[in-house]
Amino acid sequence: MLVMMALAAGMFAVAPWMIDAAPYEATMGLVYKIYFFHMPSAWMFLTAAVVAGVASFRLLFLKRPRADHWVTAAAELAVLFGAFTLVTGPLWARKAWGVWWVWDARLTSSLMLFMIFVAYTLLRKYGGPGSDKLGAGLALFGMANVPFIYVSVNYWRTFHPPTSVVPTLPVEMGIPLWYCVTAFTLLFVILLRLRARLEHQRARVEALYLAEDEA
Amino acid sequence: MNAFARIVWFVVKKDLTVEVRSLEILSTTMFFAVTVVLMFSFGLVVDGRPLNDVAAAILWVAIAFSGTLALGRTFERERHNDTLRALLLAPADRPALYVGKLLGILLLLGLVELVLVPLIGLLFNAPVIQQAVPLLLLVGAGTLGFAAVGTLFAAMLVRARSRDVLLPIMLYPMTVPVMIAGVRGTAALFQPTPDAAVAQFWLSLLAAFDVVFVVLALWTFEPVMTD
Amino acid sequence: MSDLSRLIVTDVARHYGRRKALSQISFTCDAGEIVGLLGPNGAGKSTLLNILATLLAPSLGRVEYGHMTADAGAAVRAQIGMLGHDLFLYPELTARENLSFFGHLYGLRDVAERVASALDRASLASRADDQVGGFSRGMRQRVALERALLHDPKLILLDEPFTGLDQASTRALVDRLKDRQRAGCLIVLATHDLDVVDGLLTRALFLINGRQSMDPQSGGSLRERYQQAVAGA
Repeated sequence: MLVMMALAAGMFAVAPWMIDAAPYEATMGLVYKIYFFHMPSAWMFLTAAVVAGVASFRLLFLKRPRADHWVTAAAELAVLFGAFTLVTGPLWARKAWGVWWVWDARLTSSLMLFMIFVAYTLLRKYGGPGSDKLGAGLALFGMANVPFIYVSVNYWRTFHPPTSVVPTLPVEMGIPLWYCVTAFTLLFVILLRLRARLEHQRARVEALYLAEDEA
Repeated sequence: MNAFARIVWFVVKKDLTVEVRSLEILSTTMFFAVTVVLMFSFGLVVDGRPLNDVAAAILWVAIAFSGTLALGRTFERERHNDTLRALLLAPADRPALYVGKLLGILLLLGLVELVLVPLIGLLFNAPVIQQAVPLLLLVGAGTLGFAAVGTLFAAMLVRARSRDVLLPIMLYPMTVPVMIAGVRGTAALFQPTPDAAVAQFWLSLLAAFDVVFVVLALWTFEPVMTD
Repeated sequence: MSDLSRLIVTDVARHYGRRKALSQISFTCDAGEIVGLLGPNGAGKSTLLNILATLLAPSLGRVEYGHMTADAGAAVRAQIGMLGHDLFLYPELTARENLSFFGHLYGLRDVAERVASALDRASLASRADDQVGGFSRGMRQRVALERALLHDPKLILLDEPFTGLDQASTRALVDRLKDRQRAGCLIVLATHDLDVVDGLLTRALFLINGRQSMDPQSGGSLRERYQQAVAGA
């Protein structure tokens, strides 16, 4: 774990240089380099959503109560990386297309999925006892919904599917990109494990507290 | 009739009987839906002419809003006197309870839509009669998808706190595909030259959504309702 | 009927976060016994009854219904009848409709006959087709009791059944419970009405703050023993 953290810290420290070394893109200049953080962040967002969905399945159908810790951790990370993605996206879009927001398939789908996880957070916070199971139901439905959200948003604007918004990347840009993806993945795994462990500990403290005055 | 179907039948019959005695949920939901249509029309009709495709949008927003209300209030009835607990106590198959409740909601929303769709046709000169059959399929499939998810969520939230605002918070993002498909499909039918192919595409998306989410809800109902 | 002849509760606890609603509850109930759960409000009586009804899962411990546990699902639930504090009746339905609905829900064959005799037993045959919402508390209680017993359950759970009942209804309920007791049912009853149940109960559990203490069964009336237990807690 410590090794991972050291490695991740190191990678993030070096990242600015790697990104700097990548060539400038013709039309956009410097700002496009936000992409190197935006895309890995988007992937981690989706990964978090999938982890939350899988853990929800284990909680509800395999009856593993500890899976709830992973759902909580993954959902929180989905909100975190989702927010990051949704902020860096418009920053990029402003420079690339001159507007803050376009209703394109990917961005809008991400927004909807993000909303589902914000809803999860609100549910856990304000729903009262028993909301762990309810939240798991929500996360599971959210995960099942991803293809539907994507297809419907994709075909929503125009019936003919728009061309992809991701430009094809030359090799020199590929290296810093994959470097950042690796760094982000490490970060994600670390955060997930730490957060889940926090939940495990919290549950253990509660159990100890409850056992404390047993005769 | 096998046991599952019997339970569904009796739950639907019970819900209908209860509703028919007072008609409270039906009449208030219907009036609310009409109000929503008018409210949105005031915002979206400019210079006496509606913006493009607004009729379709208003129809589906009205369905979503009134559907959420109807769901909340139907389950509020089960919370009063704790009858939901009695339902869960019975040896009846839990998914059958879900299907029974779902059919009741569909019936209720169907009646509301029977008023809404002609109203939209009237206010916006939309070709609801000419497009009656495809429209029926589209609205039916969309309502089913919306209600399938909504019934599960509303049932889940019966014992939760803040349940009245949590239902829309959970339901709306989840039913975005239904809204998009419904609006785009209906808009395609309302065009001066209706685009049947587009409408068909959206109808098939709705059908897929319905199948996936009804099945998912049937599986999830029992684990989610047991405390 | 069925083979459910013993209810065994072992070390049951129920936690909500850090709050212990129930802890270390253990007792048994055999056929023909009436076990009382006595305690102040908030002591956990309803929680325990819900656990016994399989509506709530215990955080610790287990409940055995004969050879079955709550995992047997519908098989166990078919043997349980519960009279909840909130009565579980639909106010817009008539007494007959309420009973028929639940009869069908429980998969009974001869629903119409059972409903008719239930209404007779509850002395409500004349009001059978009036909406339950218009009944007095006592009348609704009688309908609710019949609803709970319609499918001849072996295990009967009652949550504050004497609340708001007049003398005559209380008598009738006590007689009904004794009749069920003679028929070999297991009855668990939560109540405040100590004077009513004194002499009715086979055994009593005092539930205070989620913990139990068994009734010594000697040393004054039930009320006196209860007050001692509360004072000692």
